[in-house]
Amino acid sequence: MSGIFHASILFLVSAGLQVVFGVQKIFNLACGSFYALGAYVGVSAVQAYAAAGGPAGFFIVPLALAGLAAGLVGVVVERGLLRFVYERDETFQLLLTFALVLMLEDTIRLTWGTSPLSTGGMYLVYGQVRLLGAAVPVYNLIVIAASLVIAVGIGALLTRTAFGRIIRAAADNREMAEALGVDMRWLYARVFTLGTALGTLGGALVIPATAAMSEMGIELIVEAFAVVVIGGLGSMRGAFVGALIVGVLRSVAISTYPELEMLLIYLIVIAVLVLRPRGLFGTAATAT
Amino acid sequence: MTGRVVLALAGAGVLVVPCVAPTYHVLLMLPFMAYGVALLGLNLLFGYTGLVSFGHALFIGIGAYTGAFLTSKFGVRSLEAILVASAVLGALVAAPVAALCVRYVKIYFGMLTLAFGMVFYTFVLKFYRVTGGDEGTPYLRPSLLGFGLEEIPKTDYLIGPYYYYSLVVLALAAAVMWRVVHSPFGLCLKTIRDNPAKAETLGISVRRYRWYAFMISAVYASAGGALLGAPIGNVDPTLAYWTHSGNLVFMTLLGGFASFFGPLVGAFAFIYLEDALKSLAPSFWRLIFGAILAAIVIFAPGGLLGLVRRARPLGVSRA
Repeated sequence: MSGIFHASILFLVSAGLQVVFGVQKIFNLACGSFYALGAYVGVSAVQAYAAAGGPAGFFIVPLALAGLAAGLVGVVVERGLLRFVYERDETFQLLLTFALVLMLEDTIRLTWGTSPLSTGGMYLVYGQVRLLGAAVPVYNLIVIAASLVIAVGIGALLTRTAFGRIIRAAADNREMAEALGVDMRWLYARVFTLGTALGTLGGALVIPATAAMSEMGIELIVEAFAVVVIGGLGSMRGAFVGALIVGVLRSVAISTYPELEMLLIYLIVIAVLVLRPRGLFGTAATAT
Repeated sequence: MTGRVVLALAGAGVLVVPCVAPTYHVLLMLPFMAYGVALLGLNLLFGYTGLVSFGHALFIGIGAYTGAFLTSKFGVRSLEAILVASAVLGALVAAPVAALCVRYVKIYFGMLTLAFGMVFYTFVLKFYRVTGGDEGTPYLRPSLLGFGLEEIPKTDYLIGPYYYYSLVVLALAAAVMWRVVHSPFGLCLKTIRDNPAKAETLGISVRRYRWYAFMISAVYASAGGALLGAPIGNVDPTLAYWTHSGNLVFMTLLGGFASFFGPLVGAFAFIYLEDALKSLAPSFWRLIFGAILAAIVIFAPGGLLGLVRRARPLGVSRA
């Protein structure tokens, strides 16, 4: 079960990575840093909420809101930095997001300090249930359900709304979409913010179960990276299945043979890249 | 001509550094020279062949761990033997890795190299019985040209014999690389970078040439890693982490990937910048670093040498 919990968080972050890659063709190395940012903002929000005397049972509300609000940093990043490099080679785009990783890491350290922060006892506020012989915190189930709802929501957004149609059109053929009157600046700012918000929300939601640490971002990015490679770059279904595979395999490996934990995942990544470079659900257009 | 004058001055400069500069700055030159060797290799792939590896820390790690294992577990102290062993091991690992990676370009190439780098990282991190895990493996003082040099203090050893040894290795590496990129082989790589389809129709086996370039760059990075590890004295897995690979690309870009000496300028600037920022702003040097990187990416994609060249419009692009 902890594997599925981890998978739901991974899904949120990877979904953010995918939507950005799908439309803007930028592989955002900073998505892990956004995740860490969301975690810290979430901790602060919950602490403020507890200090203000809010009922513990509803701590998830300020937590999720803080996670979503932290996503607004995406607008700043997109307008302030990324928009300058859309015409450049993707190497430069990749490096710019690497610069973001460095900048955000220190911003977080400066703002929240270096010691791990946690939300205290909030994790078990909802109690535990016994499932398949193991005690599972109800909070995990809430997060799993929330990320399923978000998955369905993103699916609906992409297939049923005008905005979703524009996103898919732009992902398929940018010039054509632009020629048909889609304002790319408007679209890119929104898509990047959506991607960022998914990452920060993932960070906020994971936080009751663990503690916010400044390294959590660069550690998560390699897992999210594994997810999108296994699932296929730019594919939402890929993010979903990839997150399940990585999350579950990781928890199985941890409980059976901890040395193999990440090694196993990277070996799968390499196998996927070699045998099926576009990933399980990638479209042919993204293959080399 | 100005290029040669600058090169001669720089050469003379590094020769006298240990005599005139404070010990501290001489010590900073050691990682510069080690990275210099590694980056000459990385740039054969990045600047000349057009493939950006986000996993070259893998080979830095192989070189450094080779040195650490040979000195502390097998009693081999000769740095010549370590360099050769690093290069051979780097090539052995690179052969299959490169064969798989060169089937892809652009983002897929970057991702695959990153994945291989992380495989190595997790391997050395998790198998702590062999590698010491995150505590690392000690890299004992290597002997140079058969001289043990055990009797002199470590600092004197590093700023004296080790300094000049690194310098010779760097000079040799640069001379060989200069021959490589100015050979017909180097021209083929540039053709592949600029127009792979045309290269293929001209009869160049694109994949095979990319593989050669990857192999050479891996050998260089491994040798650089062996040089890098000795002054530190201890080799730990962070050398192979993906952010280290990112830093390697950062250095190359900082100096300018479009010119032969760009990576060396980049390594030099990076080391000194990092050192200065760490002492000036210990709590937010990464922030400034990131901002500098972002500024270079946005405003000066040609790096420092690109800026110089822009200021001197008569300069001829060599790349």
